[in-house]
Amino acid sequence: MKRKDALGAYGERLAATHLEQAGLTLLERNWRCSDGEIDLIATDGDAVVFCEVKTRSSVAYGHPAEAVVRAKAARLRRLAARWLAEQDAGWPEVRFDVVAVVRSPRGAATVTHLRGAF
Amino acid sequence: MALARTRSVVLLGVTGHLVEIEADIAAGLPGVSLIGLPDAALAEARDRIRAAIVNSNHTWPPQRITLALSPADLRKQGSHFDVALALAVLAASDVVEQASLDKIVFLGELGLDGTIRAVRGVLPAVLTAVRAGFSQVVVPVENAAEAALVPEAEVRAVASLAELVRMLTGEPCEVVVGSAPAQLPPPRTHDLADVVGQAQGRRALEGAAAGGHHLYLTGPPGAGKTMLAERLPGVLPPLSSEEALEVTAVHSVAGLLPPDAPLVTGPPFQAPHHTATVAALVGGGSGIPRPGAISCAHRGVLFLDEAPELASGTLDALREPMERGEVSIARSAGLVRFPARFQLVLASNPCPCASAAGDAACVCPPAVRRRYLAKLSGPLLDRIDLRVELLPLGRSALFAEGQRGESSAVVADRVRSARETAAARLAGTPWRTNAEVPGPVLRSQWRLPARVLTTASRALERGEISARGFDRVLRCAWTIADLSGRTSPGRYDVSEAVGFRIGTVAA
Repeated sequence: MKRKDALGAYGERLAATHLEQAGLTLLERNWRCSDGEIDLIATDGDAVVFCEVKTRSSVAYGHPAEAVVRAKAARLRRLAARWLAEQDAGWPEVRFDVVAVVRSPRGAATVTHLRGAF
Repeated sequence: MALARTRSVVLLGVTGHLVEIEADIAAGLPGVSLIGLPDAALAEARDRIRAAIVNSNHTWPPQRITLALSPADLRKQGSHFDVALALAVLAASDVVEQASLDKIVFLGELGLDGTIRAVRGVLPAVLTAVRAGFSQVVVPVENAAEAALVPEAEVRAVASLAELVRMLTGEPCEVVVGSAPAQLPPPRTHDLADVVGQAQGRRALEGAAAGGHHLYLTGPPGAGKTMLAERLPGVLPPLSSEEALEVTAVHSVAGLLPPDAPLVTGPPFQAPHHTATVAALVGGGSGIPRPGAISCAHRGVLFLDEAPELASGTLDALREPMERGEVSIARSAGLVRFPARFQLVLASNPCPCASAAGDAACVCPPAVRRRYLAKLSGPLLDRIDLRVELLPLGRSALFAEGQRGESSAVVADRVRSARETAAARLAGTPWRTNAEVPGPVLRSQWRLPARVLTTASRALERGEISARGFDRVLRCAWTIADLSGRTSPGRYDVSEAVGFRIGTVAA
């Protein structure tokens, strides 16, 4: 496994734990289709939450959340529509969150959860 | 605290409005939106303030930042909001306390490294702040002396954003306390003593200075038209402190102020090239209009050399500001008024061939000469009281020893006493110089006996001067009398004035 993929996997594990601690119920991890991948899908009360996880080893190249640009957000919406179409159940509310993870050389990584980011 | 507020000033011409800048930091994807009708320079502030904050070793909050400038319906332009915007962000992210910002108005552009750079229009901006009740201002170091021209202002200047944050958080820092610059008398660079001969031209210049009359000089190249015109500011009285502030405010907005001598103390001199456009001359430009040459020449001299070469529309655009003493320019961004009480000096060659030897050697057919001078429209010339034709200088005049003319200082003394005489006579009226007095008032309130007016009446009957021209003759006659210390014009003063009116210049 390449180093950047390992960092991504580490971030996604942290994010999943963070979401569960925050009271969300995970439905899927790394759901894939021909268009791409959704990192985490969870439910939060009445809402289904599509979650993009971004992990960086430092903020030297900007905060990870800044890397979620408009094109990325648009792709996530498209993927969410495909996932929802495959489900039998429906949800009254759909939300898109971003979880930004910054690993620190010492001590715990910082996890920032942006609810309803876009 | 996720919400913070700072203050700055937006300028519309030379008047300003206080602007409140709010910064809100909210959860969401990182990004900045800047709202409140910013222009291009202000919209780019987003990138400048971010780099400046990061390079000043503070953190740029990785959240959604909304920066709002209010009043929201007023178009904002310029880069001088940078410092206030950066501080609003820093206060919203708790780097500085909101309370430390509440009583201060901030002006200044930020460099990417966090240095605070000089901006235009500091004097009118500080005046606005003080009038709105904010006596504390923070300005760029280069603008400190200019800001301190406002007596009530407490001016502090800092070199960088990092220093400014230290100042606001009470840490030791280097702060320049602005103090008003010493009022130096305007340097007299050109002296009338350098002008050889041209007694008639000197006389007209003195009259123009004493009465505030507009002046039209014609003559062959090399006769000294430009030399004379350049020496007019030197014989005009220095500006009063109120006038100096008015002029400095315009020059500040135009970006003409030298940082070492920020107060304009002498009458300004503007000599735009004859290719100048209407916008360059009367002010304008896209977005919020900027002052033109006539406003930069406010309380001073506007010299238009080779006047017939100017586009005729450009010249005629001067007529309205000449009457009103100000110019209003309407743009989509708003109506802007600039002061424009200037003294016009026109200069032209007598014809297109412009032989240095004068008319004797001219090869232009009469029709060409007429067409050349007809480019100056009648209504414009009608507003010019003094017209002189300068003759080419002879060899004897040029090489005459010990024939130096009077110096500017001597002439300026006479001008000053003539102006005092006129001002004393005009006390209680809205006018200060002879050139401003309307004709009907002049004819009724300071009526001259018919025998004094013979020459003028005859010229009027012969159609050599118009009724308006008659009033202009009266004004000049009063100026000539003031210069020679007479209490009212005599026959010879009127004759001389008629001579200046008709001159040898056509029209």
